[in-house]
Amino acid sequence: MTFPDASPNASPGTQVRVVLPAHLRNLAGVRGEVVVRVGVPVLTQRAVLDAVESRFPMLGGTIRDRRTGKRRAFIRFYACEQDLSNEPPDAPLPDGVAAALVAGTEPFLVVGAMAGG
Amino acid sequence: MTQVRVLAGTRKGAFVLTSDGKRDKWSVSGPHFGGWEVYHMKGSPADPNRLYASQNTGWFGQLVQRSDDGGETWQPVGNDFGYAGGDPGTHLWYDGTPRPWEFKRIWHIEPSPDDPDTVYAGGEDAALYKSADGGLTWTELTGLRVQPSAPGWQPGAGGLCLHTIILQGSRMFTAISAAGTFRSDDAGETWRPVNRGLHSEGIPDEDAEVGHCVHHVEAHPARPDTLYMQKHWDVMRSDDGGLSWTEVSGNLPTDFGFPIGVHAHEPDTIYVVPITSDSLHYPPDGKLRVWRSRSGGNEWEELAAGLPERDCYVNVYRDAMAVDTLDSCGIYFGTTGGQVYASADSGDSWAPIVRDLPAVLSVEVQVLS
Repeated sequence: MTFPDASPNASPGTQVRVVLPAHLRNLAGVRGEVVVRVGVPVLTQRAVLDAVESRFPMLGGTIRDRRTGKRRAFIRFYACEQDLSNEPPDAPLPDGVAAALVAGTEPFLVVGAMAGG
Repeated sequence: MTQVRVLAGTRKGAFVLTSDGKRDKWSVSGPHFGGWEVYHMKGSPADPNRLYASQNTGWFGQLVQRSDDGGETWQPVGNDFGYAGGDPGTHLWYDGTPRPWEFKRIWHIEPSPDDPDTVYAGGEDAALYKSADGGLTWTELTGLRVQPSAPGWQPGAGGLCLHTIILQGSRMFTAISAAGTFRSDDAGETWRPVNRGLHSEGIPDEDAEVGHCVHHVEAHPARPDTLYMQKHWDVMRSDDGGLSWTEVSGNLPTDFGFPIGVHAHEPDTIYVVPITSDSLHYPPDGKLRVWRSRSGGNEWEELAAGLPERDCYVNVYRDAMAVDTLDSCGIYFGTTGGQVYASADSGDSWAPIVRDLPAVLSVEVQVLS
């Protein structure tokens, strides 16, 4: 899937591919990737996740704590083989990542962390 | 035709088990919410097809699911469980230091007897929530958590969980591990501890007003002043609405355990599952047994027919016992080994409904006509 706007910055209405973990796909009633429309000019982690929760309200609280907005402990965010989990949620995504997300060549991955023994 | 529906919450999903009134042949549906812990699932007495389920994982947190068709289909409803009133303050952590209240999960769901849309939920860290819109939104009843003893509450091994909710009109009871039992006489606005008579060797002041590890409390609807409690150790009884308690462990082989049940038609007939000890969470001698008292405690009889005679090392959790309301009262319990056992004759004989579910966390039962 390739989107027409390939500049690193998003324009309001930019579409981003998002891969959700299986449990959250089931909860949202979707299969495979989802595409969300991000309504801000600069792609950030928060903007992508806000768009996910806006489209799928039942996911509220499952990725980020409802009160603090912080990433849940066993959730990770990846894109373009980079771990974005510990990046500030309002920091612009790195140029290469943003460009790939805007272009639709790479998805934003919400991952359930490997945990257990 | 009469139908019996057993709701089993497990470590890896929810299961709905159905039978006719004979209760000898069962069908199993599930898992619903496969892979998620379902601490509790319960139907509304006012509309038996309205079910609520508490769904949780360490990865994705807390959800509440609602069914309006008896468990055929489900929809997620509200999961915004906060602590009302700004800064919630602290309770004590295991090491005795103050710890901010932090919501973790819903342990118990208690639908109103009168209104399918009104439902209560008990949380960890201990808090009582109410929804009046079918679970879409939840409000904390803060009177419980702000009463004076709360900053001194300390979690039991399972967490600081509110696991018991008993609704008796404007009077309500809750129980919290390891704080104790609490009573409200004004529909949850204000609360007071009701633990006089409890004696716990594991706390500094053995008969303190709070700090007891209450595992479960039950009451018969026809005799609301009589409460039965399975404490960490000790089986207890109150006949004055919790104001005072006396021990009724009597001849039990061990008085450690988690669930306690009351017969649907005999308010003096109660059931427990003795567990070896607080460090050995399995039945004595590898024999799974239910013990029944027909005298409200003190005198107990062992119920063995149909239960494992040897090599059984499962546990039965606090919300994993239920009774049905058929003339010949049915008793049900689930084990950490994934078995759900049923007795259609008040406990005289038992048979497994299913044997290989994930570890069973809760069992409830409904009679449908």
